[in-house]
Amino acid sequence: MSAVQEAVTDAPAVEAVPKRALTLGTGTSLTVLAALILAPLFVKNFIIFQMTMLLVYGLAVLALNILTGGSGQFSLGQSAFYAVGAYTSAILMEHAGMNYALTLPIAGLICFIFGFLFGLPALRLSGVYLALATFALATAMPQLLKLGYVEHWTGGVQGLVVTKPDAPFGLPMSQDMWLYYFTLVITIAIYVFSVNLLRSRSGRAFMAIRDNEIAASAMGVDVALYKTLAFGVSAGITGVAGGLGAIAVQFVAPDGYTIALAIQLFVGMVIGGVGWLPGSIVGSAFIIFVPNIAEGISKGLSYAVFGVILFLVIFLVPHGARQVALIAQHLLGKLKKS
Amino acid sequence: MELFTNQVLAGIATGAIYACMALALVMIYQAIDHLNFAQGEMAMFSTFVSWQLMQWGVPYWGAFLLTLAFSFAGGIVIERTLFKPLAKAPILTNVAGFIALFAIINSVAGLIWDFTIKQYPTPFGSSPFLGSQLISTHQAGMIGVTVLLLIALYIFFRFTRIGLAMRAAASVPESARLVGINTSWMIALGWGMAAAIGSIAGMLIAPVVFLEPNMMGGVLIYGFAAAVLGGLTSPFGAVIGGFLVGIVENLAGTYIPGVGNELKLPIALALIVTVLVVKPAGLFGRPIVKRV
Repeated sequence: MSAVQEAVTDAPAVEAVPKRALTLGTGTSLTVLAALILAPLFVKNFIIFQMTMLLVYGLAVLALNILTGGSGQFSLGQSAFYAVGAYTSAILMEHAGMNYALTLPIAGLICFIFGFLFGLPALRLSGVYLALATFALATAMPQLLKLGYVEHWTGGVQGLVVTKPDAPFGLPMSQDMWLYYFTLVITIAIYVFSVNLLRSRSGRAFMAIRDNEIAASAMGVDVALYKTLAFGVSAGITGVAGGLGAIAVQFVAPDGYTIALAIQLFVGMVIGGVGWLPGSIVGSAFIIFVPNIAEGISKGLSYAVFGVILFLVIFLVPHGARQVALIAQHLLGKLKKS
Repeated sequence: MELFTNQVLAGIATGAIYACMALALVMIYQAIDHLNFAQGEMAMFSTFVSWQLMQWGVPYWGAFLLTLAFSFAGGIVIERTLFKPLAKAPILTNVAGFIALFAIINSVAGLIWDFTIKQYPTPFGSSPFLGSQLISTHQAGMIGVTVLLLIALYIFFRFTRIGLAMRAAASVPESARLVGINTSWMIALGWGMAAAIGSIAGMLIAPVVFLEPNMMGGVLIYGFAAAVLGGLTSPFGAVIGGFLVGIVENLAGTYIPGVGNELKLPIALALIVTVLVVKPAGLFGRPIVKRV
């Protein structure tokens, strides 16, 4: 290897998504919202629980989507941020006796700081290096949680049991249903925040960096600041999702937050369509329901099904659910004409 | 002092495995500029194949060679069918492809051979090597096989026509194509060799970590650490990095209080992040300069 320096012109890390394509139209949004509000009134508690998890994972996928679809950075380590959020909520509730709702902003804040700090070295890493560093983070996280020093707080291998909150003000609701609506409100708030974030000055800066980092910095975008900021925001949202997940599952343990979770979230993002925020919920539905169906066919098969579908998506519909939605719209338009 | 020597030698033995993994990663990285996140799972699958062959009564070295051939062919098939069409796709698509491959291989191995932990034989035995208490015969065997492999690879890349063609295709693909080298097949060949080298790592480490579908998780992270430390653009660096990482891992586990077994993966993480921040090109890699 001589000192010859090679000139490299990279392909963009992520294909550009136009800003207008990030969200759904008003009509569709309201329909989805109405469905999400009404559905739990007609189903059993277990299904309500699954719908809560759908929103929780939806948030985590959304967070990854802001990072990857928005700013063009990779993370295979979202499970680490999710774990930190979950543990923050669990520890505050069980050791400090704090109200569950108050623990979420704290979980978000701690993860924001953690993500921001982890984002600092990430500045120097691009593309595949970042994927590598975050992959290592996700692999190391369960071992860090089991560490002897923090065992008093984290409960070591056994983890912590979290109490499920009752509905307040004597509302006539089951715990599951209350938690669902609670999660739904937070999800909608974060979704609106994310959409506005991506439409704001910061969002435009993210996308400029995604499309061409050098050009962005030439136009005066502070690349370092916005890259770490994207990491921080993404980690913060993932942390809130982790906290909600811990409350819903009522349990945290190191082995719940392995690299497998990070892979699921990544798969969810690709299936939902990178950069298409409503796709997050589609991706989330995929990672929650497909394993159940696959396990029904054969035990241990769920990952193979994940992988095969992921390959099909990459080859056939590289833009995931967004592309499917567009094709469907196109076909509908044709039907109307004829 | 004896503890120190002992730990360094043990470090070199596991380092040999990391060196193989790192070498396999670097070979694919050189060929297609992507990190193969499924390298560990490919190696694990090969190891299971060799175990299955031995269950069917094939002697160890026969199974070893058959597995090498199987892995080589498997690597080429994976490249031809799955990754060749993705060559011009964005990085994200490629990462997704590797993750998908990771999931499929892991799951299929679990499906065929289930997730119970299995013993894996060693042809070297585990008695003390040459009567010394410092190192076992299996550890010495790990080092010996790796060194033989490295010598063979050196000769292949340095003195054969096809080795030269592969190096040319990796460093300047356009010019290589112009002088008549089939660069596309060189990439496939690189995949095949990487898969075969990975399978050697898997078969050598299996007696230590035992055989199960998740056995290569930690080894892969150390392989990454080794490749990054040595420089992703330098096969030689990757090998040196592998041995260094093996030694560091063992010494840290012995001398830093509280590290022990439970912190070994975070050490790899710290190593990766430190190298990437301080010297992203690694010890022996060449810095990449982008043209605006």
